[in-house]
Amino acid sequence: MKSDIVLAGVGGQGILTIATILGAAALNENLHLKQAEVHGMSQRGGDVQSNLRLSSDPIHSDLIPLGGADLIVSLEPMEALRYLPFLSEQGWIVTNSLPFVNIDNYPEMSAVEEELARCPRVVSFDMEALAKEVASARSSNLVLLGAASPFIDIEPEKIEEAVRALFIPKGEKIVEANIAAFRAGRERALEIKK
Amino acid sequence: MKTKQLLLGDEALALGAIYAGLSGAYAYPGTPSTEILEYVQKNRLARERGIHSHWSSNEKTAMEEALGMSFCGKRAMTSMKHVGMNVAADPFVNSAMTGANGGLLVIAADDPSMHSSQNEQDSRFYADFAMIPALEPSNQQEAYDMARYGFELSERLGIPVLTRLVTRLSHSRAVVETHDEPLAENEIHYPENPKQWVLMPAMSKIRNRRLIADQAEFMKASENSPFNSYTEAPDHRLGIIVSGIAYNYLMEAFGGDCPFPVVKISQYPLPMNMLRRLYNSCDALLVIEEGQPFIEQKLVGLNESGKKIHGRFSGAVKRDGELNPDLVAETVGKVMPDVEGIIDFLVPEASQIVAPRPPMLCQGCGHRDVYGALNAALESYESPKVFGDIGCYTLGFLKPFNAIDTCVDMGASITMAKGAADAGQHPAVAIIGDSTFTHSGMTGLLDAINENSNILVIISDNLTTGMTGGQDSQGTGKIEDICLGLGAAPEHVRTIDSLPKNHDQMVALFKEEIDYPGLSVVVSRRECIQTARRHAAKK
Repeated sequence: MKSDIVLAGVGGQGILTIATILGAAALNENLHLKQAEVHGMSQRGGDVQSNLRLSSDPIHSDLIPLGGADLIVSLEPMEALRYLPFLSEQGWIVTNSLPFVNIDNYPEMSAVEEELARCPRVVSFDMEALAKEVASARSSNLVLLGAASPFIDIEPEKIEEAVRALFIPKGEKIVEANIAAFRAGRERALEIKK
Repeated sequence: MKTKQLLLGDEALALGAIYAGLSGAYAYPGTPSTEILEYVQKNRLARERGIHSHWSSNEKTAMEEALGMSFCGKRAMTSMKHVGMNVAADPFVNSAMTGANGGLLVIAADDPSMHSSQNEQDSRFYADFAMIPALEPSNQQEAYDMARYGFELSERLGIPVLTRLVTRLSHSRAVVETHDEPLAENEIHYPENPKQWVLMPAMSKIRNRRLIADQAEFMKASENSPFNSYTEAPDHRLGIIVSGIAYNYLMEAFGGDCPFPVVKISQYPLPMNMLRRLYNSCDALLVIEEGQPFIEQKLVGLNESGKKIHGRFSGAVKRDGELNPDLVAETVGKVMPDVEGIIDFLVPEASQIVAPRPPMLCQGCGHRDVYGALNAALESYESPKVFGDIGCYTLGFLKPFNAIDTCVDMGASITMAKGAADAGQHPAVAIIGDSTFTHSGMTGLLDAINENSNILVIISDNLTTGMTGGQDSQGTGKIEDICLGLGAAPEHVRTIDSLPKNHDQMVALFKEEIDYPGLSVVVSRRECIQTARRHAAKK
């Protein structure tokens, strides 16, 4: 088993929560794992990314080589495109389609959509809308995690256990909301993947 | 019981130190080192034991506090980002002269590629300069293991030990296996030779000769270190020397199976016998190291007519920026074009439409109001200069504010404004945050007060150390008192809340104090929006 994942988004969107959950699930599964992230100045509304590597064999580098990522998982469509050179030939992009515009030179949305459409293996939908449907907008990152889960070789139940463990200090209601978001995201991705 | 935990490199080192009988951790926040002390603060065992983990005012005070604990025989560590080493340089270099009694670890987290720093300086040079041993873990497990090893080394050799981390290790998580049982803390016991802790010339001369003589022992420790290794391989056309995390990138490039002999360096001084063996048995050497060409320059010397040594110094590896698996694979391919076994992926083209997304001040951040008002206040002057400092508010340089002219080092805003005023510049405005002010601004302010320099010092007080994630700021609640205590005129120490509704008042206040021909301080205050949110959520 090997999953090299580039997690992307804008500072504050919550991509590191996704990394935390997958990390906990991988640890429970006795997988090897490396997860590099950048803290500090880059968090302030700038682009953020994290390299998450899961494997049944030992992992050498904390960073994923160019062309080596099995997955790009992004909370923002332009941020997904930023890491295209990392995507492997058979790799998938799983991204929120809802743009986060906090710069004045954000490209035309149609251009972003066209470029995403040119990639052969993409799951892209409005994750905030789905999150609002089943829980609240704050669970968009759990929808994304759910949408990415069919492409990661860890049982979804194991990921749900990690979601529960992370959110249980905040109460059962929060756990349920996040698991609902996770399941909704997974279901939608499985439909699109077909 | 051994446990497996998922830890950042920073956290692994901190946990390793706690399990190794740490008694005190001392630090000032700085990316990528911040999480070391934060981990000690929240670790259960550390709390039960009452291990010191309060933030210090700056890296120099942190280093000295740790040295004081070492003097008393207990194990202490101080952690800082690489540029913090400059602040701590005086006690650091002199701690090699005093030596260590209780184990003393100095942890410097370097930031190659400057993810959140003003330069790429390589802390290994500091260890070399001070003539002390250094450790450079290549992964999170080594970071954990090296804490105990480092304390033992420090106590055995009677010398502080520098541990060098880099961003990609500090801020990368991996599974770490912990020790069975934590060691007990040391009891207080005093140095065997108390004289060497008094660095007066007569004593220092003796101690200096001892330190020089000890270099052979330090070298021997490196030759026998479990963290340095020589791995034999069939192809001797090239020998590769890798240090720290560069080792991982090399293994990644070859899928774990490098055809050339490899020396992995994780302990300094350099094990010269091991390196000599590699040099003698290979046609050429390639040195791959994160940061500056420290190892390579040690080897090049007068070797012009000898075997070729490739690296950052020779130009084989680009001189700036951090390493990554692609750069390492490309370098090996360049040096040895017919090499086989390098993993090579097809790389998709980069998107042409992606725009850069630089960091910016948060919406609802008081620094925004300060810059908005300051820019408005300065409109009516011919060539105002604003001297900035280190913190979130450095982002005031970027759009939409474009408000500062300089940013150099912690505290330089006040002193550079003073120097500019001495040169005849008016208006000369310094802008500095509360945490940076107590770190290194207070002494500069005293200079300006003593000469009644014609500058305006704006202390943009957000009640925290914001840029590193909201650690306690040492001057909270004391900023005006500090200025008054240093001797600033009470009528020119003014306070205002940095709020949008106070914009006009702030503009008027700034103008008034700029026009006052002497030193004035405006404390512009509003809690950091990030910590305010966290405090609200707790309630």
